[in-house]
Amino acid sequence: MSFRERLLAWRYNLVPDHAIGEILSKRWTDNAIPFLALVITVAGFGSAIPGFFKLYSLQESTRQLGELSLVVIGVTVVMLGGGIDLAVGSIFALSAFAAVSVFFIFELPTWLALAAALATGFLFGAINGYLIGFMRLRAFITTLVTLIIGRAGYDILVVNFGSRVQMSMASSDLWDFIGDGTLWGMSVPVLTALILAIVSHVALTRSRPGWHVQAVGGSRRSAHNAGIRVRQTVFLTYVFSGLCSGAAGFLFATRLSGAGPGTGHGLEILALTAAVVGGNSLGGGRGSVAKGLMGAVIVLVMTNGLIRLGYGTGTNQMVLGMLLAVAVTVDIRWLKNRHKVLNEVYVAPVYLKMGEPLSAVPGSGTPYELNNRLSVADHIGLGELEGPEDVILDRDDHLYCGTRHGEIVRFFAPDYTRSEVFAHVGGFPLGLAFDRDQNLISCVGAMGLYKITPEREVIRLSAETRRSLTSIQDDARLRDPNDLDIAPDGKIYFTDSTKRYDAHDWAVDSIENRGTGRLLVYDPADGSTRTLLDGYRYTNGVCMAHDNKSLFFAESWRCRIHRYWLEGPKAGTAECVIKDMPGYTDNINRASDGTYWMAWLGMRTPSFDLSLRHPAMRKRMTRRLPQDDWLFPNINTGGVVKFDENYNIIQTMGDLSGLSHPMVTSMREHKGHLFIGGILNNRIGRFRIEGANPAWDANDAYWGKRS
Amino acid sequence: MAAKVFGDLRNFNQERIVLVVTLLIFATSSIFLPGFVAADNLVAIVRSVSVLGILALGMSLVIIGRGIDLSMVAVMAMSVALYLQLLNGGQSEGIALALALGFVLAIGLLNGFLVAYADVPAIFVTLASGSFVFGYVRSQLIDTDAVTVPAGHWLLGLGGLRIAEVPIEVYIFAVLSVVVFLFLRFTKWGRYIFFAGDNPAAARNTGIPVRPMLVLRYVLSALTAFAAGLLTAASLQSINTRVVNSNLLYDIVLVAVIGGIGLSGGKGGVRNVLVGAALIGIMLNAMTILDIPLIYQNLIKSTILLFAIIVDGLINPRDEQTAQQGDI
Repeated sequence: MSFRERLLAWRYNLVPDHAIGEILSKRWTDNAIPFLALVITVAGFGSAIPGFFKLYSLQESTRQLGELSLVVIGVTVVMLGGGIDLAVGSIFALSAFAAVSVFFIFELPTWLALAAALATGFLFGAINGYLIGFMRLRAFITTLVTLIIGRAGYDILVVNFGSRVQMSMASSDLWDFIGDGTLWGMSVPVLTALILAIVSHVALTRSRPGWHVQAVGGSRRSAHNAGIRVRQTVFLTYVFSGLCSGAAGFLFATRLSGAGPGTGHGLEILALTAAVVGGNSLGGGRGSVAKGLMGAVIVLVMTNGLIRLGYGTGTNQMVLGMLLAVAVTVDIRWLKNRHKVLNEVYVAPVYLKMGEPLSAVPGSGTPYELNNRLSVADHIGLGELEGPEDVILDRDDHLYCGTRHGEIVRFFAPDYTRSEVFAHVGGFPLGLAFDRDQNLISCVGAMGLYKITPEREVIRLSAETRRSLTSIQDDARLRDPNDLDIAPDGKIYFTDSTKRYDAHDWAVDSIENRGTGRLLVYDPADGSTRTLLDGYRYTNGVCMAHDNKSLFFAESWRCRIHRYWLEGPKAGTAECVIKDMPGYTDNINRASDGTYWMAWLGMRTPSFDLSLRHPAMRKRMTRRLPQDDWLFPNINTGGVVKFDENYNIIQTMGDLSGLSHPMVTSMREHKGHLFIGGILNNRIGRFRIEGANPAWDANDAYWGKRS
Repeated sequence: MAAKVFGDLRNFNQERIVLVVTLLIFATSSIFLPGFVAADNLVAIVRSVSVLGILALGMSLVIIGRGIDLSMVAVMAMSVALYLQLLNGGQSEGIALALALGFVLAIGLLNGFLVAYADVPAIFVTLASGSFVFGYVRSQLIDTDAVTVPAGHWLLGLGGLRIAEVPIEVYIFAVLSVVVFLFLRFTKWGRYIFFAGDNPAAARNTGIPVRPMLVLRYVLSALTAFAAGLLTAASLQSINTRVVNSNLLYDIVLVAVIGGIGLSGGKGGVRNVLVGAALIGIMLNAMTILDIPLIYQNLIKSTILLFAIIVDGLINPRDEQTAQQGDI
């Protein structure tokens, strides 16, 4: 290996490029920009304003922050549900007036003032919710109008009763404490906002109503079609927002002990800007309470800071307008282009130098020499099937295979001309195996490990394993369960080919070539799933050795077969037993003569092998070219290989015509015939094996003769 | 049978309802309010809604194209304030007018660009730009809330101009109405506005230049706002920037929506603006004659606006299956 190539290998195999894409695909990265803005704002104004960080100054300025935060939390929830609430400005003012009038004019206790403020908020929220949720009016214009109505009503009230409030002598310690006092160094509004923030965060992310809100905001139509009561959910978001504004209004009333003509004026724009600047999406579905709070701090520090720095009338509006425009534009553009950015950076190829293979060229005289023998196979289900990745036969000689449409199809013996859908599982059923009780176990691509009973009941066995400690993306989920086999004790050994890509993107995984394939075991005794091995380049076929003391598994993109020991001195370890094959290894199954069949899903090419040594080229390729122009592994030619316990290659068969079985992903020997499947094929092949035991049934070999 | 009744009900659309209501209020007021039908009062009614009507014409262009322009009042007040400030500062007429017009065009273009090319919802763009325009001009360019028209300026002459006892702004409103009517009805781009408002995606697929036209509409509404601002300054001899904080903006939306221009775009026209303006003008005048205080007038107006929106929602209901995601 040249020095240059060694540097390349270090650069691409040790630097975790893939982390960028994985981090970007996390939803919390949305918070990065607002958080940065928050830090800059606070640091900037904090250093420009003398005494900004003094405790008393913080306590006083955070009172207003607590009130604004309450309002913003309400607006955030409404926005998450796909709406918008501008009426908060006048709800806030009216609630403040309700509290003030109850306390000062009617001279009633403080808790009644709170009740009055909350009731006002509830009433207005309910009106908005009814109009927008149930009557389905447009949220923006409707709340704009209720804002004006509320404002007009408030102006009338203040003109008529404002003086009576000022002349009142009512007072109460509780009232003064809420307005002036601190608890554990924090003012009451801040405490209230914190508690409400935590409660609503938990409710939004961990409770059914919260999920409904997010679902409605994320896709109103889908939520409706899924049976969520969309209108009621929307209604409730406005009620919640009204209550939040009501509480904020009450706190405002205790702080100022009055309600003047300007109360709550422009609060709606302040709250809306805060919610959007924090990164909550317009139109719903994306956002969080934390974002709202960040936005509230940014907006309030900025507007108050400008006032304290002595800028004149209008500066606030100018800054708010700019903030709002920039935040909304960034939000919309980010939302639109995020997946493009992600696509651009997600594929992070690594370096690999493949070993020199023995040639498979016809006439080369090696054991891998390809021939045309598979081209004479009979076809089953020609044109009816799409994607029989694996095939299997039961004790009654019926033939089963999965299809691209998420079904398991059964062909009836003896001639396999009639078929039926045996079960609909969903996903893409790949590997198949029968257990002792004739349950069909399947690795379902994109879903997990499933069991289909003879009564056709579909049962999920496993969809996750333990998450690994260093994972960025949650790798507990099985993304691409591929093949399985079952030990005599009932444990199911199966592979999950890649953590980085969904099942249908397996070809992209080959270009990245990063080792993220796993071997796992499912224990039916306690229903647990454990990861046995990790870090292989696309683990694929699994097959129990004939003595059941070890198993073979294939590592496709390295063209290798490994043996994993279940018993004996090497128990729990794996060793590579066949390496540098000329084809990409796929499913492995037992043969009747004590050897093993293995499928090649495609053949290596010098060009793709070379590209594996040039990760930078593959990276450029995935970023600059359309997918149709990418260099992929060759899957137009495959084959079947037979090897024995000592890893000698006994036989190789192919279809050079490319007509019947260009790509082979599975083969299953049954009573003297070999049944051949291919994930991109439109048929199952049946091939008569010369000299094979015509009575051999894999079910007997695994589980003994039928009793 | 039910379908037929329902069909008839639909036929009885908002514009006709409003027209009937307007006539009823007019008749009632004529009978019960002293001096309501006097010629000078009628002229006062029309005059009082002229500026509002002109603004509503600009707004209706935007709304028909499925947008909304909440920055109109800010543009109206602040552009004229800027213009007058420049004049008071000794700039020549030509330069001041050019700068003010340039400012108006810039705001219109910015609005249009963000809506059309950055795909930002119009309400947020114009809400933000309105706030920015007010804040920027108020804090950076002018010193006081109100800016007066310099003595001897042509605006003063315009403000006092009357033809056959009717103030000039009524004529300007009439002329602009006709121009907008002709534009919407008889020019290709006018018709395109309806197509783009009705179904933007389909309009784009048929090859209509949807995005440049969107920009054009926001420029037109900004220019209309500037014109309305000049007229306001002409009749009041000054422009008070506090008008931005008033309910004028909502009155504009009120005139457009109550006249029957659907907020979902694609329908309406100058006639709807006229009907809406008539109703508002008569109502305001009647309330003034009845000596109802301004704050109560606001309450009444906004309540009427709410009902207009509810009726709009009932006549043009949104469909759960076809409603646009994020269409707020």
